[in-house]
Amino acid sequence: MSVEIEREQTAKKLIVSSSPHIFANTSVKKIMWTVVIALLPAVIFSLWHFGLPALQTLLAGGLSAVAFEALTQKILKKRITVNDGSAFLCGLLLAMCLPPGVPLFVPIVGSFIAIVVAKHSMGGLGYNIFNPAHIGRAAVMVSWPVLMTTWTPMTTAVDVTTSATPLNILKLQGYDALIETFGSHAELYKALFLGLRNGCIGETSALLLILGGIFLIYKGIVDWVIPVTMIGTVGILTWIFGPSGFMTGDPLFHMMAGGLIIGAFFMATDMVTSPITRLGKVIFAAGAGAITVLIRLLGGYPEGVCYSILLMNCVTPIIDRFIQPKTFGGKEVSLKNDK
Amino acid sequence: MMEYFLLFAGAVVVNNFILTRFLGLCIFFGVSKDFTASAGMGIAVTAVLTLTSIFTWLAYNYILVPFDVTFLTTVVLVLLIASFVQLLEMFVKKFTPTLHKMWGIYLLLIATNCVVLGVPLINIESDYTLLKSIVNAFGSGVGFALALVLMASCREKLKLADVPKSLQGLGIAFIIAGCLALSFFGFSGMITE
Repeated sequence: MSVEIEREQTAKKLIVSSSPHIFANTSVKKIMWTVVIALLPAVIFSLWHFGLPALQTLLAGGLSAVAFEALTQKILKKRITVNDGSAFLCGLLLAMCLPPGVPLFVPIVGSFIAIVVAKHSMGGLGYNIFNPAHIGRAAVMVSWPVLMTTWTPMTTAVDVTTSATPLNILKLQGYDALIETFGSHAELYKALFLGLRNGCIGETSALLLILGGIFLIYKGIVDWVIPVTMIGTVGILTWIFGPSGFMTGDPLFHMMAGGLIIGAFFMATDMVTSPITRLGKVIFAAGAGAITVLIRLLGGYPEGVCYSILLMNCVTPIIDRFIQPKTFGGKEVSLKNDK
Repeated sequence: MMEYFLLFAGAVVVNNFILTRFLGLCIFFGVSKDFTASAGMGIAVTAVLTLTSIFTWLAYNYILVPFDVTFLTTVVLVLLIASFVQLLEMFVKKFTPTLHKMWGIYLLLIATNCVVLGVPLINIESDYTLLKSIVNAFGSGVGFALALVLMASCREKLKLADVPKSLQGLGIAFIIAGCLALSFFGFSGMITE
């Protein structure tokens, strides 16, 4: 072997580049479509559960979000990046938090507000302060409160005749009426866990959403700290502040009801709008859980996940301001601390 | 005790002056560019609100009502508040120059703020006792400070963002304020008196 070839080979081995040296094979595109895949079981379940109206709403939400993103980027003369899936995911998540059978303009207007107002006005992907899907939902909730709380009967309703959501029954008629509607505690938990109850399109099946969430945690896209802390906080607080005095609550019901599971796994974990550090994430998730309980037990709305995440979104810059990661090389460096 | 706590919590979040009643917006947009400044402003507003609520209450219940001149309420309150803030500014300047350095500019801005007039008027309209007036004013101040600090931190975060040219500055501030107000909608209907 000649010396020159040998030299060439060593040169190939010694590639000199500036840091960072660790290469993670991820991209925005990969992450976004992985999240969409994680949502798929719940989406397919909702199509079976609610039928055609769910499909219409989901398509309207997702596709209009893509269209608005392309349009905005064209007008702003930016590179059109609808392929990365972030707009589709945002529209899909928004539609999953709407009741099935809303008129089609609701998801479309929601997508407009989410994409144009909450995302691109603040500089596009990566800069938004608030979760765009939740801003869209909060806006349509304020604009059409009646449409947003009209629950059409489910296609799979066999023994459950009511068309109200469990949290609605709890808010308007109380806990005993809720148990009566479903028959027994076990029946209630079963309906919530499997998703055989009324509610927003994508939020009903706790089982499938948790499966999707675990898939995301396994993929390293979601930090398990946020969903665990948020759902745990809701469970503990609802147990402590039960309907008939301390320690009499029903944590299992509250942990599975409403949009908590989808919110905790898919919305609160949004990388842009949640804090950077582990400790910050714990504070963020605990705050969101506490506000959710506050709104559910005392507020005017039956469900508070959407608002609680939005409220913690606006606290996120303050959390990041005061809880900063330790500089590498400084004292007490612990690599375990931050991913 | 519970009554006062609910009044306080209601004033902080449910009836937040900026985000649900849309009062005091000039300061809200004017002083929310910088985090430290907004925190100082929030403390100043809270202090002024709490102090003015005491003697506007006294003036209303011991001067305006006995002499049956309640139609002068607004004028009297404006005069009282403006002169009090002026006095406070002179007092602070004389006795604690450090505090004056931190607060000085804000104090003068507060003199013409609608929140400072709004809180005493609401206290009078709701027939609050002196203690309730103070609690309500203090809560309103804390709520004001909270909204201001949240706004400032959001705006600081957006300093590095690629905001469209036509929206930079006040435009995006109004959009953030709208989003903040939307999030505070979650608290609506929470504490009903």
